Amino acid sequence: MSRNQLLITIVIAAFATGLCRFLPFLLFGTGKKIPGFFRYLGDMLPRAAMAMLLVYCLKDLSFAGPLSAWAPALLGAAVSALLHLWKRNMLLSILAGTCVYMLLIRL
Amino acid sequence: MYKKAFIKTIPVLTGYVFLGTAYGISIKTAGLPWWAAVFSSIFIFAGSLQFALIPIMCASFAPLTSFLMSLIINARHLFYGITMLKRYLKLRHPWRDYAIFALTDETFSLVLEEPEKGLSPEKWYTTLSGMDHFYWVLGSLIGTIAGELITLDLTGIDFSMTALFTVIVSEQTSDAYRLHRAGKMSRQQFFFPTLLGFGATLLSLLTLGTGRFLLAAMAIITCGFYLDYRGSSWRDRQKEKEVSA
Repeated sequence: MSRNQLLITIVIAAFATGLCRFLPFLLFGTGKKIPGFFRYLGDMLPRAAMAMLLVYCLKDLSFAGPLSAWAPALLGAAVSALLHLWKRNMLLSILAGTCVYMLLIRL
Repeated sequence: MYKKAFIKTIPVLTGYVFLGTAYGISIKTAGLPWWAAVFSSIFIFAGSLQFALIPIMCASFAPLTSFLMSLIINARHLFYGITMLKRYLKLRHPWRDYAIFALTDETFSLVLEEPEKGLSPEKWYTTLSGMDHFYWVLGSLIGTIAGELITLDLTGIDFSMTALFTVIVSEQTSDAYRLHRAGKMSRQQFFFPTLLGFGATLLSLLTLGTGRFLLAAMAIITCGFYLDYRGSSWRDRQKEKEVSA
């Protein structure tokens, strides 16, 4: 991506993010009833979007390759997930999973 | 008032400086310029999206994917906006506009509680939002500088993005499970969004490869939700809630 394309990407993302944040105030500001599909998306979309992003992060894993091609990422993610279900401390979970991953890829 | 606001934002301070630093380092290790991190943190100010944009920024220009990704990842902000609608509409411009622009997940969790009596809502909400915004930009800046200075081998630090999304999915799933157990969420509502997200993305990835699968995944997710909404019990449950409220 060239410098200008990078800048345009940031502008696009900033615009779309602003759109999500301002839309309720622009559309429903004057006491109009909020359409059901909007509330449905607000309720349901976050979980689908984060599941999508997780697959997206792991897209380059190759299970056909040797153990070292996929095991560090899966173990790192497992450590983060389990630690988070146990302690519910976001920083700790992220830090631990990342450290496990960084160690494993050096073995 | 500033002291009170600062104390309230301390948990966000630690979180944002840590995540922002990880973000800045990831930007540097991806070979992107420092200003990509700083501009993104100032003008986008949405952590999950900024992390997700890193691989896109490293690939060829994809304006449509970037736009739709931003919408899908940040659609949850519609919900925050709807929740804060009445209180934020009472604020005067330009404070209102800034408070809406800076309504991140963490700031939302802080402003949910109403300001103490005697405090100006304008000042209170903008101060909280501004402090959080500052921590986030500061973290990103620290990260880009650290990425430049640290000569240690940082290979694999970009895994913090995968860890972040793993943690979010775990948290969402266990929260939803609790609601389901408490009878406030149907089994279908509990399973469907996460399964749809995983299923649609895996299917697109396996059929289209790593190049262009995101657009397809987003299309499937949107269609899946629309079909589910048309035919689902979600609307009935909402009506029940409205009647009982």
